[in-house]
Amino acid sequence: MNGVSNRASPGAGTVDVLIVGAGHSGLAMSHCLARRGIEHVVLERGEIAHAWRHQRWDSLRLLTPNWLTRLPGMAYDGDDPDGFMGRHAVADFIERYARASSAPVRTGTTVLSVRQDESGYHVDTDRGRWRCRALVIASGAFAKACVPRLAADLPPDVAQLTPYDYRNPGQVEAGGVLVVGASATGLQLADELQRAGRSVTIAVGEHVRMPRTYRGRDIQWWMHETGLLDQRFDAQDDLARARGVASPQLVGSRERQIMDLNALSGGGARLVGRVAGVRDGKVQLSGSLRNVCALADLKMGRLLGSIDDWLQATGRDAALPPGVRFAATRVPEKPVLGLDLRREGIRTVIWATGFRPDHAWLHLPAFDRKGRMAHAGGVATLPGLYLMGLPFLRRRKSSFIHGAEDDAYELSAHLATYLDAVGRHRRDLVAL
Amino acid sequence: MNARMNAQATRVDNGVNVEALLGAREALTQMPEAARFNWRATCEWVKGTHARSTIDSFFGLGEEQQHNTMHRIDSDHPELFASEDHGATPVEIVLAGLAGCLTAGIATVAQNRNIQLRSVKATLEAGMDLQGILGIDGEVRNGFDGVKVTYAIDADATREEIEALVAQSQKRSAVFDIITNPTDVSVVVS
Repeated sequence: MNGVSNRASPGAGTVDVLIVGAGHSGLAMSHCLARRGIEHVVLERGEIAHAWRHQRWDSLRLLTPNWLTRLPGMAYDGDDPDGFMGRHAVADFIERYARASSAPVRTGTTVLSVRQDESGYHVDTDRGRWRCRALVIASGAFAKACVPRLAADLPPDVAQLTPYDYRNPGQVEAGGVLVVGASATGLQLADELQRAGRSVTIAVGEHVRMPRTYRGRDIQWWMHETGLLDQRFDAQDDLARARGVASPQLVGSRERQIMDLNALSGGGARLVGRVAGVRDGKVQLSGSLRNVCALADLKMGRLLGSIDDWLQATGRDAALPPGVRFAATRVPEKPVLGLDLRREGIRTVIWATGFRPDHAWLHLPAFDRKGRMAHAGGVATLPGLYLMGLPFLRRRKSSFIHGAEDDAYELSAHLATYLDAVGRHRRDLVAL
Repeated sequence: MNARMNAQATRVDNGVNVEALLGAREALTQMPEAARFNWRATCEWVKGTHARSTIDSFFGLGEEQQHNTMHRIDSDHPELFASEDHGATPVEIVLAGLAGCLTAGIATVAQNRNIQLRSVKATLEAGMDLQGILGIDGEVRNGFDGVKVTYAIDADATREEIEALVAQSQKRSAVFDIITNPTDVSVVVS
């Protein structure tokens, strides 16, 4: 399925559809387009599954168990369905998928700029210009680390790392560490640094608390089975909020350990409020710690309650162990409101404050006032322009690996209809 | 939950026009510049530690706005500070601001969640070591060393639902944010 019209110049040419990014999302779309016989090319700046190979910390594992790891036409078939893939295993899985789908990937091709032209889009890369009628952006939801502006006000002798710079505790200077952010990334890094003997302070804003297992099953099994992961974007009261929800406090591990603030503080970590400011080299912390913990505890209680209700309604309640409730998050009696980094011996600050896509190379009138690409379930505001792999793109699971499956089926169908329509329009013009 | 919501959808009335608020939210999402408000107060010294604040205009939705009437707030210190106690102390007014904000939030969230409130009462306490403002000990801050708000709420809801109302109202409260996070303050002489 290498139906590229300009074979003389393998670096560039004209093609019906270009997909930017050969991660799981782009390859899922490629697979679906190939099944429909739509000619396309996948442009990849590095190698297949590049971010998993090169831009993640060493110990990272998927938050979803192996049995849930599937893409259109391929599912996990190993002998550890309840395990969690490490980053290289994920990259291997994605590479194997690209081979199995014979995906027409051009690696080592960085897209520099995308502009609209009369017949669709032209895409300038460091290896020449491509033209296409439709374009799928699958360059990742987690392409850039979000670092708050106040990071610039920290004392210069304090090392600052983002999750992209961080690899393992050995790379972090001796001394205390302030981890900012208490979602999956922040908790995992704080836990790992603490186990390596570092004195860890973790700044906690709003977060999503979730136990790894509940009533004998993995929490992702429940989310999948009860249909929570399949909830659609067009059925949300507040889609912007749903899209902004942080990754739950989970870690994929053989021990199925529960990763929450109680486990961290039990190991010695100090919980402090959200970083609210920096003044005279001191970090100011919000007095909202108690409430963000209460919000997360209550929300977890509602999630577990909804699982119990679902079990009752489906008559499966008796077959499973009874539901336990987890202890409320323990908040210090007198939370610290300011940190003098020097006096506390904190030598490193890690910003686990979220990720965002990088669409700076799209020179298109397709962005909202916050600089995010506007779209309805992955269908952007310009004709023939699509997105894949963003949080809650079409479903709650959209940014998960297995979430690409349904999205790619639906968006490839939309794209095929679009190509048919412009094709018909052209034929009509020729007939005139 | 759903059965209750359906049964009560027409009856719950906490006196909050949630439809109007949701409409405003929708409108201000489309017109973010109209969401920029400017709040004002003026304050005149009366005598001793007695001062009188007046509040009547503000700016919002792109234009000047007026309260229905001018609101006055007297502030003073109690007699044990050798003052005449013409009003609450400013720090007590801060507590009133926090309670007013959180309570309004509770009523709004309750209305939005179809929870009928019967009574809501907040009791607030804030500790303060006067060695700060009196300049006795430079390590003691001037302000509160903590604020404790205790809500007694009678509502047609479970304990968890009531706790969620209170938590959500903090999450959306302006005064809670003002008190828990630093704010840049400039005080100048005209």
